[in-house]
Amino acid sequence: MITLKEALSKTPQEISEIRDQIMATAKANDLNAYIGFETADDGIPILMKDNIQVKDWSVTSGSKILQGYIAPYNATVVEKMQEKGFVPFGRANMDEFAMGSTTESSYYGITKNPHDTSRVPGGSSGGSAAAVAAGLAIAALGSDTGGSVRQPAAYCGVVGFKPTYGRVSRYGLAAYASSLDQIGTITQTVEDAAILYDAIKGHDPKDSTSAEFEIEDIANNLDIDRTLTIAVIDNYISEADDDIQKAYAFAVEKLKEAGHTIIHKEMTNTKYDIATYYIVATAEAATNLARFDGIRYGRQAENVKNLQELYFKSRSEGFGEEVKRRILLGNFVLSSGYYDAYYLKAQKVRHLIQDEFNVIFDEADMILSPVAPSVAPKIGTSSDPLEMYKSDMYTIAINLAGLPALSLPIMKNDDGMPIGLQLIGKAFNDKVVFDAAASLERAVKYKSN
Amino acid sequence: MFETVIGLEVHVQLNTETKIFCSCPTSFAAEQNSNTCPTCLALPGALPVLNLEAVKKAMNFGYAVKAEVNKRSIFNRKSYFYPDSPMAYQISQFDIPIVGKGALTIDFDDGSSKEIGITRAHLEADAGKNIHDGNISKVDLNRSGTPLLEIVSNPDMRSADEAVRYLKKLHSIVRYLDISDANMQEGSFRCDVNISIRPKGQEEFGTRVEIKNINSFKFVSAAIAYEVQRQTEAYEDGVYKQEVYQETRLWDVAKNITKSMRSKEDSADYRYFPDPDLRPVLTTDDMMREAQHIPELPDEKVARYIDELGIKRYDALVITAYKELSCYFEETISHGVAPKIAVTWITSELLGRLNKAGLSIENSPVDSATLGDLLVRVSDDTISGKGAKEALDYMFENKDRDIDVIIEKLDLVQMSDDGTILAIIDEILASNKDKVEEYRAGKEKLFGFFVGQTMKASRGSANPSKVNMLLKQRLS
Ligand SMILES: [Zn+2]
Repeated sequence: MITLKEALSKTPQEISEIRDQIMATAKANDLNAYIGFETADDGIPILMKDNIQVKDWSVTSGSKILQGYIAPYNATVVEKMQEKGFVPFGRANMDEFAMGSTTESSYYGITKNPHDTSRVPGGSSGGSAAAVAAGLAIAALGSDTGGSVRQPAAYCGVVGFKPTYGRVSRYGLAAYASSLDQIGTITQTVEDAAILYDAIKGHDPKDSTSAEFEIEDIANNLDIDRTLTIAVIDNYISEADDDIQKAYAFAVEKLKEAGHTIIHKEMTNTKYDIATYYIVATAEAATNLARFDGIRYGRQAENVKNLQELYFKSRSEGFGEEVKRRILLGNFVLSSGYYDAYYLKAQKVRHLIQDEFNVIFDEADMILSPVAPSVAPKIGTSSDPLEMYKSDMYTIAINLAGLPALSLPIMKNDDGMPIGLQLIGKAFNDKVVFDAAASLERAVKYKSN
Repeated sequence: MFETVIGLEVHVQLNTETKIFCSCPTSFAAEQNSNTCPTCLALPGALPVLNLEAVKKAMNFGYAVKAEVNKRSIFNRKSYFYPDSPMAYQISQFDIPIVGKGALTIDFDDGSSKEIGITRAHLEADAGKNIHDGNISKVDLNRSGTPLLEIVSNPDMRSADEAVRYLKKLHSIVRYLDISDANMQEGSFRCDVNISIRPKGQEEFGTRVEIKNINSFKFVSAAIAYEVQRQTEAYEDGVYKQEVYQETRLWDVAKNITKSMRSKEDSADYRYFPDPDLRPVLTTDDMMREAQHIPELPDEKVARYIDELGIKRYDALVITAYKELSCYFEETISHGVAPKIAVTWITSELLGRLNKAGLSIENSPVDSATLGDLLVRVSDDTISGKGAKEALDYMFENKDRDIDVIIEKLDLVQMSDDGTILAIIDEILASNKDKVEEYRAGKEKLFGFFVGQTMKASRGSANPSKVNMLLKQRLS
């Protein structure tokens, strides 16, 4: 598949042919990365995660409860990317309401990993990552609440970028956890990520949490030769599989060779990140998903006797198990008598996590970290929710702190499964993350291996 | 032997152009669900953006009641399922409202007054409306997202009279500030009453019962009276604990009783937490400067009317109770009418006629300029008071408003020329010589007879005070 960069130099006629070709290949493919083949205007096709609103499309967040819903408006990212000639093209499968790490909880069935179809592509943006990795899309948009762009990118051997919180408008992204959600890019290269991010970033008056100041164009100003101070978190690495540790050591060597300075740091055990994340995210999710009541749109339960039954049945039938679990958890941590012990305490820990990052960033420009403790697991092996939550250990703190992070493939393990690592930057230093990532990408030569 | 304790929660719809979290108009829309957008319909992905006009109006109220206005306040999500609440949570302020402690003064007829504390006032979004149509229930979300200011009083009121005076004062303040239409019938000024009783002398409060959504001052009074009686009887019958418990009741207009309301949800745990879609509200210096522009409010007006215009306190309270009335009054005196005369004419003659016609001062058929013109003709002796009343009556029935034309048409011009009046007087005295003698001999009652005869001879057009004066001259 041509890269986004290459697509920019094609004529409209050539682009049109490529679109037709992608459509044909994607329809014939059985990874189940695409769940819809909707198109918008002419232009360079970008695959959309099923939670980003595109006007007149059925946009369902991978859920039964939104069957029949047609979005009447465009997300801000859609408006922005269209100005740059990028157009929404097809809907990517995802974990229902972005709650999951494997894309196994979608109403549309599981998506397979193109490197090994017995394995998951990761999640929740698994459809986006699988499609880009399998050559079924030039590039895709996803959303990252606790690693949902970076982790599937790592599992599928592609580049996943989560911007600083507030850099990309959330207007039109079906909310999972408002204070953590951020639309991100899934691309074949770091440069493509910069191109697509440049197209969608910027202040949006429709999103009160959007950052007010503008930033320079990144793709045309990548500084691949700049040398940086990069922190490695030693106590993090020891919790990962040998494969991951090996890739990590390899990347550190390559970074040193490229002239970067490596410093060693420690961070608090990730179990606090996990606890904090699952309190904050579920509290916000419980309220964000309360609007799906079967009354105004989406799927409404039939044969109900009264209002209460309409609510109960529509929601019980419409939501999947993982979504229900998180709604229950969220309502529990917010309920009176428990609020202080859970939600309030989690907010305090969240500040401590942010402080801890700040301390490291006093000395380092960047942190290098694993994305997941292992390569993509086999389909059906992530049925224990607590085990699945633990696999988010490396990604969720970044969302809690609102930082920019980019996951890029480093090498493959002996089974041919890709291993990705992430570079984490200071808030609003998205540009530096791209500089470092471009440097690491060049040094590890993943594509030529 | 019992004391009533009342606190009030008033929901005031703010008269902003657009809704509090989206740019839909707040104006009346004929078609259901036409003033809506992804945000106030709670579609997936839609986000709220705070309307700063609503914040400024809330701040304006805060400054008007001398309250603390918080430089930083927070919007929370208040969760409950109901079809008129599209997000299934209301965005409202909880632990840090925009307006903190303040107070207002209520005045009594005997000249005394009392301060009622305001606990807080916070911003929130109004719900839509559920419409039940036989077997079908519909939801209209035109109102969904209209800004509300909920003003909570301290439990400082001790009677229905005090509660109504507080409400009327609050009502007039928001009208003077022009932050709300405050129309009770249309629901832009809604009142919940919290009420309890306790034996006189007891420190702690009794059990508080909330009566929701009462839409007139009269019903507030009636609901309080009913509830006091219900609670007192329960106490006296020894069943207070069983019959009076914390609950929400509704005022039944048809039966004149309060009755227990079916709760919206079994549990009243609203699971408040800060809305992550909205940043804390930070009031800027500019917003504060703007919000501190407070027009002259009723208390200040009353003081000024008494001190500078020489009006009686009672009249000043009547005139200032309604913004439109005090506007009318001030416009009338700006036409050169003496304030006392304007008060008399407005409160008795004009309001009397308006009441009879079922009209209010805003749609008075006689505007302040016309009344001013008319009263000036009284002051300059062109017409008499009686003539002016005739002219008022005429204008309530007819459309023309040129006072001088009306005076001519109704033949209201007064005879004020001394010579002409004296000629009539002399004729009357000449033809009643016997009575003149009786008068001079001490039968002073006959003075009225001479006045009457003179007026009659002038066919009512003689200026009565002139007639009096000239008669006295001639008879002395
Ligand atoms: Zn709206």
